[in-house]
Amino acid sequence: MNIQEMILTLQKHWSDHGCILMQAYDVEKGAGTMSPYTFLRAIGPEPWNVAYVEPSRRPADGRYGENPNRLYQHHQFQVIMKPSPDNIQEMYLDSLRSLGIDPLEHDIRFVEDNWENPSLGCAGLGWEVWLDGMEITQFTYFQQVGGLECKPVSVEITYGIERLASYIQEKENVFDLEWTKGFTVRDIFYQPEFEHSKYTFETSDADMLFHLFTVYEKEAKRQMDEGLVHPAYDYVLKCSHVFNILDAKGAISVTERTAYLGRMRGLARQIAKTFYEEREKLGFPMLKGKGEPEHE
Amino acid sequence: MNKRDLLLEVGLEEMPARFVTDSMNQLGSRVEEFLQERKISYGNIKLYSTPRRLAVFVQGVAEAQEDIEEEAKGPAKKIALQEDGSWSKAAIGFTRGQGMSVEDIYFKEVNGVEYVHVNKFVKGKPAIDLLPQLREVIVGLHFGKNMRWADNELRYIRPIKWIVALFGSEVIPFEIINVSTWQKTQGHRFLGETVTITSPAEYEEQLKAQFVIADPAERKDMIRRQLAQLEAENSWVIPVDEGLLEEVNNLVEYPTALSGSFNREFLELPEEVLITSMKEHQRYFPVKDETNTLLPFFVTVRNGDSRSLDKVARGNEKVLRARLADADFFYKEDQSKDIDFFLSKLQAIVYHEKIGTLAEKVSRIRRLSAKLSELAGAMKEEQEKVDRAAEICKFDLVTQMVYEFPELQGIMGEKYALQKGEDREVAQAVNEHYEPRHADGEAPRAFTGAIVSLADKLDTIVSCFAVDILPTGSQDPYALRRQAAGIVLILEEKKWNIPLETVLETAIAVVKEDGIGEKETGLLLEELTAFFKLRIKHSLQERNVRYDFIDAVLAGRVGSLPSLFAKAAVLMTHKEEAGFKETAEALSRVANIAKKAEVQSSINEQLFENKEEKVLYKEFLRVQQGLEETGEAEEQFALLESLKQPIEQYFDHTMVMADDAAVKENRLNQMRKLAALILEFADFNKLLVK
Repeated sequence: MNIQEMILTLQKHWSDHGCILMQAYDVEKGAGTMSPYTFLRAIGPEPWNVAYVEPSRRPADGRYGENPNRLYQHHQFQVIMKPSPDNIQEMYLDSLRSLGIDPLEHDIRFVEDNWENPSLGCAGLGWEVWLDGMEITQFTYFQQVGGLECKPVSVEITYGIERLASYIQEKENVFDLEWTKGFTVRDIFYQPEFEHSKYTFETSDADMLFHLFTVYEKEAKRQMDEGLVHPAYDYVLKCSHVFNILDAKGAISVTERTAYLGRMRGLARQIAKTFYEEREKLGFPMLKGKGEPEHE
Repeated sequence: MNKRDLLLEVGLEEMPARFVTDSMNQLGSRVEEFLQERKISYGNIKLYSTPRRLAVFVQGVAEAQEDIEEEAKGPAKKIALQEDGSWSKAAIGFTRGQGMSVEDIYFKEVNGVEYVHVNKFVKGKPAIDLLPQLREVIVGLHFGKNMRWADNELRYIRPIKWIVALFGSEVIPFEIINVSTWQKTQGHRFLGETVTITSPAEYEEQLKAQFVIADPAERKDMIRRQLAQLEAENSWVIPVDEGLLEEVNNLVEYPTALSGSFNREFLELPEEVLITSMKEHQRYFPVKDETNTLLPFFVTVRNGDSRSLDKVARGNEKVLRARLADADFFYKEDQSKDIDFFLSKLQAIVYHEKIGTLAEKVSRIRRLSAKLSELAGAMKEEQEKVDRAAEICKFDLVTQMVYEFPELQGIMGEKYALQKGEDREVAQAVNEHYEPRHADGEAPRAFTGAIVSLADKLDTIVSCFAVDILPTGSQDPYALRRQAAGIVLILEEKKWNIPLETVLETAIAVVKEDGIGEKETGLLLEELTAFFKLRIKHSLQERNVRYDFIDAVLAGRVGSLPSLFAKAAVLMTHKEEAGFKETAEALSRVANIAKKAEVQSSINEQLFENKEEKVLYKEFLRVQQGLEETGEAEEQFALLESLKQPIEQYFDHTMVMADDAAVKENRLNQMRKLAALILEFADFNKLLVK
């Protein structure tokens, strides 16, 4: 099964379980969790069931396209269901079956893994799912988002697409994976991998990036003052990406690191709180029978 | 009494392996307490647990609570009966209170007076009416980490999926957030099916038929046998790490061990790296040969049966290959650099914003190590080793290997240092200076490692205290308590005769040189001494020194730790002896009256008025000299003990608070000097033997 078929299969699977299929959000981010479709929508009482592919940028993992396992940008398949359905584990295992993974022929285990994203004030409990010893999925019950207690609790399922594909396609090198018939990951992503790695580690200008961070942060605050949650959040995402590049370059010392994370966390908390209040003002419109998951 | 078996099973989404066993034991003991409190008799108990269930089977549970039969005494007969022979209000009230009536009254004499009595009888309630309260047992279990799910308020270890509660074949009815008790349990997630438990006694076997080995001991045995079989088939030795076995056991419901291999070339990696990759990251058992040499194989335990084992093995091999390829890359990168390269990188790492960089910390460790090794009486050659070890003790923190495998800090340092041609003891110290690594870990063996370990830990504690990072309650992010315990252990074990106060003052001086914090030295020393006294107290408690003896030896200066521990031990051995109490009393009496001394002046022998004063003074001089000459706690105590009689005699014949001011002052001063000697050993006033 190639990556394109995998994505189509997962989309079909979760669509059948009542998820809205979203497209990737168009601001750079380090993980699918940071998309407003997860971060913001996990807040408050309104039901929310979505699935989407999220290209995720990890500048520190950039290896000029030379490492068989590490990528500057990989893909996550992200599922959010709120409230977490009772049979979510079965739904998930069915998705593996639909990808051709027969649990009877493999060793599938749910191994404790608690997740935290300090830059967004998020915490959750759950597992990493092991397929024959390989972590293929993060499975998390959100307990806190943007510093707010989750009520109801969302469950987040994050598949590492390339990881899973390397298993399904039995490939040692991520660049050899078939994206779709006739095209490999190398064909599509090698050049950007190389260039982004070179950019991150060699040609990017730390001073300019520090400046951008300050500008983005200021703009995020300014938009918060206007009560505009979404534009403000976009700028927090931009801060986060710029920070990740600086961090990968080693341009941020440990102390500074804590301070920068604290600044982003402060903004994220404020945005989370305001988003909740804005939805409340609207009377939590999605509570009215819409978006109910179709339980099997 | 009729009896039935009881079964309680809580089905959960996969629990964290580390909590499974403890949670099972907790469920068992709480169910027992539940039955005992309600006076419901029961027989044997058996506990079960897997990642997905906690269960308890109780054999022969009585169908009803025990009846209560007891004699209750009421008012005296003359109060109970009115003049007309009818029952008084007091009598009626008493019987009502006992749930009986006046017809049940009989009289019985107690100490010559007749009192109203009844034979009280309370019929036990049917167990089935009380068992639904088991709900609270389940809800009340404590776990290390709780979560919420869906729209529920309940915090629990993981979402509850089903509950089996059976009393014989009868379902005990209750509900926990939409999950009602019933008779059905789940088999193995992939191999089994839902199954109706016909009776509690069938539980274990019925689950087994569904590929769930519910008894954790049986599951563990299965794994052991499978490992042994792989050993036999391949002539391998598979060392069984009990911690790993316990974890693996709690990750599976139906274990099947299988082996895989990796490329022989990876065996060039340090053994610790291979083992960490396999054990910590993948929960594999490493494989060795008879000579204890690592082989390019591993064993993993799968949650399932033996179908497609080769496929499972291939998958696992692929994961391990990727991990080892990474490690190999880091290893080669690190080897291509020299120690100075890494040391220079320490300048860029902030240890703590108020305390400075790692490079600065290392510089302090170096200065402090030099002073400590001098205090410990090191030779020049030893001092040179200490200096080099202190200089390089943190270099491996910036190697790629330690970045990827933080648990290998120190271990990689020792390896790399040896490869770079460092002295063996210096290299060893890079590793040993982290010791003791945990609460009951061992102190560094070699002198060099011990000194650098002391210096590192002291620096951490003192600089944290200097900037007001103090452990409070359960908060101790820098593990200062553990490090202090490590210092106590090292100082005691190495038998260095350095007073703790000197050690702390030395460390404070070094931290002050670097201008860390603004706290003044006196306050810092006071806080640190109090903090260390608590650790020492803890350490003495662990040796079963009684608390009043601990207070007695810790009342004054701490002094050198080996002698402090020896003093506590000596006092504990003598405490039951005849005369100990009197000795303690005599010594305390001196200390007590000495507190009244207001002026410090020397003793004027001309002012002595009686023989006893003169004798005591002579004895004082003898003991004072004796204490100066011996470092043995046993001898010191014997010297103090010899003062008992002269002190007693003295008090029998001497009025310390004499009318003559000069005589009084002289006597108080004699008491003061004597008390100082005694308190140097212990404050006998704290002892509860008197």
